[in-house]
Amino acid sequence: MVLVLALGDLHIPHRAPDLPEKFKSMLVPGKIQHIICTGNLCIKEVHDYLKTICPDLHITRGEYDEETRYPETKTLTIGQFKLGLCHGHQVIPWGDLDSLAMMQRQLDVDILVTGHTHQFTAYKHEGGVVINPGSGTGAYSSITYDVNPSFVLMDIDGLRVVVYVYELIDGEVKVDKIDFKKTTTTAH
Amino acid sequence: MISDGVEDEEKWLAAGIAGLQQNAFYMHRSLDSNNLKDALKYSAQMLSELRTSKLSPHKYYDLYMRAFDELRKLEIFFMEETKRGCSIIDLYELVQHAGNILPRLYLLCTVGSVYIKSKEAPAKDILKDLVEMCRGIQHPLRGLFLRSYLSQVSRDKLPDIGSEYEGDADTVNDAVEFVLQNFTEMNKLWVRMQHQGPARDKEKREKERSELRDLVGKNLHILSQVEGVDLDMYKDIVLPRVLEQVVNCKDEIAQFYLMECIIQVFPDEYHLQTLDVLLGACPQLQPSVDIKTVLSQLMERLSNYAASSAEVLPEFLQVEAFSKLSKAIGKVIEAQVDMPTVGVVTLYSALLTFTLHVHPDRLDYADLVLGACVKKLSGKGKIEDNKATKQIVALLSAPLEKYNDIVTTLKLSNYSHVMEYLDGETIKVMAMVIVQSITKNKTQISTADNVEALFELIRGLIKDLDGSLTDEVDEDDFKEEQSSVARLIQMLYNDDPDEMFKIICTVKKHILTGGIKRLPFTVPALVFSSLKLVRQLQGQEENPFGDETATTPKKIFQLLTQTIEILSSVPAPELAFRLYLQCAEAANDCDLEPVAYELFTQAYILYEEEISDSKAQVTALHLIIGTLQKMHVFGVENRDTLTHKATGYSAKLLKKPDQCRAVYACSHLFWLDDHDNMKDGERVMLCLKRALRIANAAQQMSNATRGSTGPVSLFIEILNKYLYFFEKGNPQITVATIQGLIELITTEMQSDTTTPDSSADAFFASTLRYIEFQKQKGGAVGEKYEPIKV
Repeated sequence: MVLVLALGDLHIPHRAPDLPEKFKSMLVPGKIQHIICTGNLCIKEVHDYLKTICPDLHITRGEYDEETRYPETKTLTIGQFKLGLCHGHQVIPWGDLDSLAMMQRQLDVDILVTGHTHQFTAYKHEGGVVINPGSGTGAYSSITYDVNPSFVLMDIDGLRVVVYVYELIDGEVKVDKIDFKKTTTTAH
Repeated sequence: MISDGVEDEEKWLAAGIAGLQQNAFYMHRSLDSNNLKDALKYSAQMLSELRTSKLSPHKYYDLYMRAFDELRKLEIFFMEETKRGCSIIDLYELVQHAGNILPRLYLLCTVGSVYIKSKEAPAKDILKDLVEMCRGIQHPLRGLFLRSYLSQVSRDKLPDIGSEYEGDADTVNDAVEFVLQNFTEMNKLWVRMQHQGPARDKEKREKERSELRDLVGKNLHILSQVEGVDLDMYKDIVLPRVLEQVVNCKDEIAQFYLMECIIQVFPDEYHLQTLDVLLGACPQLQPSVDIKTVLSQLMERLSNYAASSAEVLPEFLQVEAFSKLSKAIGKVIEAQVDMPTVGVVTLYSALLTFTLHVHPDRLDYADLVLGACVKKLSGKGKIEDNKATKQIVALLSAPLEKYNDIVTTLKLSNYSHVMEYLDGETIKVMAMVIVQSITKNKTQISTADNVEALFELIRGLIKDLDGSLTDEVDEDDFKEEQSSVARLIQMLYNDDPDEMFKIICTVKKHILTGGIKRLPFTVPALVFSSLKLVRQLQGQEENPFGDETATTPKKIFQLLTQTIEILSSVPAPELAFRLYLQCAEAANDCDLEPVAYELFTQAYILYEEEISDSKAQVTALHLIIGTLQKMHVFGVENRDTLTHKATGYSAKLLKKPDQCRAVYACSHLFWLDDHDNMKDGERVMLCLKRALRIANAAQQMSNATRGSTGPVSLFIEILNKYLYFFEKGNPQITVATIQGLIELITTEMQSDTTTPDSSADAFFASTLRYIEFQKQKGGAVGEKYEPIKV
């Protein structure tokens, strides 16, 4: 069993002062094996903070990131799953599922994680999953109104992944769960 | 030399102990055989060892303790003796025959203790006799210990209220009189110690003297435990007498120690009720006495007392503790002209803590303290003493900690004046303390006036202060500071749009003074804060009859345009470019076409004139196309102009693959899902064909330069775009076009000149798999896909 934290679009300090306290108290060091971050942190301080939660940190570049050396896309394999990571401002129309699916095919991944819209979504799509963890801070977005802070935890176990969504609604953390099984062990 | 002295002392102590033990042995033998005469003889000889002048206080104490233990045994013997019929009065006379005065007085005290217990004479007479007799020893060290012995054996025999020794003739007054007298004498001896011996050893001697202070202080401790010392007696007798001795002894060490001792041993409420007297003594002390520590301790005690229970607060009001303390501090500072700044600030800091605890609701008091502090600091220029600066930071932090709320602190008008005496670096430190307090407590600052006052306070972070050297600032520290300011801007909020707009204007005014290094941090925060306000207003119909002053999105956009323009000239063109686009989207949501067009124009100008790095151009173009794709506010003409420009930029990117990708992305500008009037299949197709041409050109270029064509992934990407619009029902994309591209890709991949690329293979495979997947879906989609052969 591997726990993967997916989050992004924190926009600290341009749009939000910090991650919500309730999230911070949940994200303690030692529990999470990998962090995948879609980008727009935006400052080093946040990078350093994420490192304290888990040193295995994968980040792609958002358009507001101070660090310009983050890659545009990134793929990694965790257990039986191949994961793709991208901020998402490169995929036009923004947040469009069919266009994201194309990127998923291009990166040839089972799970594609992107951000940019600040809207949490998780779709099962042609034997894969497309996830947007939303904005960890609930930052202002020109695309999405009334953004709630959210992040995603993926529990990867063999051919199965359980996606937990944590969303802060009116000061309370709500958890949702989506189960996904890899049906075919398609040859990569 | 010194080590010799120590060794000698060890020898003398050993000799003293040996002599003491030997005589004690004989004394025991005499006691066992009930031989009173011999017992007195040997005990006197034993006590003679205490007549030595060779031991330091520390070693003398060792010897004294041994003698003390032996004397307890002797006391028990005397007790038994009286029970056997020996007259205590006779005993009292008998011991006075001892040849030497010191042993005689020790024995007298010991018998005296038994005498009081026997109650054959009033306790007060015996105590008075003993305390008078002890005057016989004027050697400071020996006298101190003798009197210490007296106070030790008499402790439980004072005619205190409720004690068995209280009687008609014996009252608590006598008990107090006795202790006070002993205290006075001991203090005199103690003070006199400094004059014993050569002047060159003075420092060492004073250190040794300090070690003995508790012998003197013990008396005050006893007084504090006497039941009969109630507030009245404390006020009328004890405190005046003690203070009289403290003041008159004119000794720095004694005065400091005894003042501290008084404050520590007596109850808080006594202090509160006798503040006048206690504080009145302060200016009479030697100028070298560290009076600020004494007063600070007093205020700290009283602060804690006030914090302990709300019930005691009325007492403070009743005695006007604040004004008394504040006057006393003023006098002390006035009297001690040379008091360093750190002392002054420490005193005010303690007073401020006091008033914050005792009068949390009296902001005027807190302000008064700060004002008084300002007065003392004025004329001294910036404070350079490190310790003093630290104290000022403590002083200024106290209200923040107490109220957890900057808004309350902002009401203290002198607060900012105190800050004026800090150097640039410390102003910054203080500003960070303030900002962190706000962030930590999530303080909402909701009026423009407060924002104004706040930014005035934290100006050390907002702009370069005159005279401060900015070139020494650590890059990371600077970033952290400015990030804090950006965070702070997020915390300024009011749900009333007019007030919020005022806040935004205030923030703008201040941050624009920040200079080129700060703007990239502060402007984005201000922009997004403003966009939140825009969104709040956007649902509301603009009232055509509304007054001119009402806050409208238009006004906000004006402010934003000005602000971002300044950022672009910093120069931070890429950031300004992004912010223009963000604002354009917001203007779109507000249906403000001219504003949106203007913002887009500004973004385009920056793209054309300022963004030259090819990688930066790619990202910028993604943002242009992505944003433009979302816009619905534009009429045909404006839209055409903007999309035309965007496709033009795309075709001009440096690298062919980037060109190709940007161009096919532009196809989405002509096909908006939710808007039927914005579905131009032909122009979509034109874009895709153009992308295809560029992909071909890229292949040929690769062939020409490397001898092999590049990966075919661009073609596969375009194929995916074909499929996308095919599914959306674009009539320009037919099965034949798709089929043609699939064949082209297949041929390319099998060509000998193509560089093998596993990721392109996988991409193609998954694309074909997708087509299969759609076929099997059945329904309308399945039917559509059916004719495509893979």
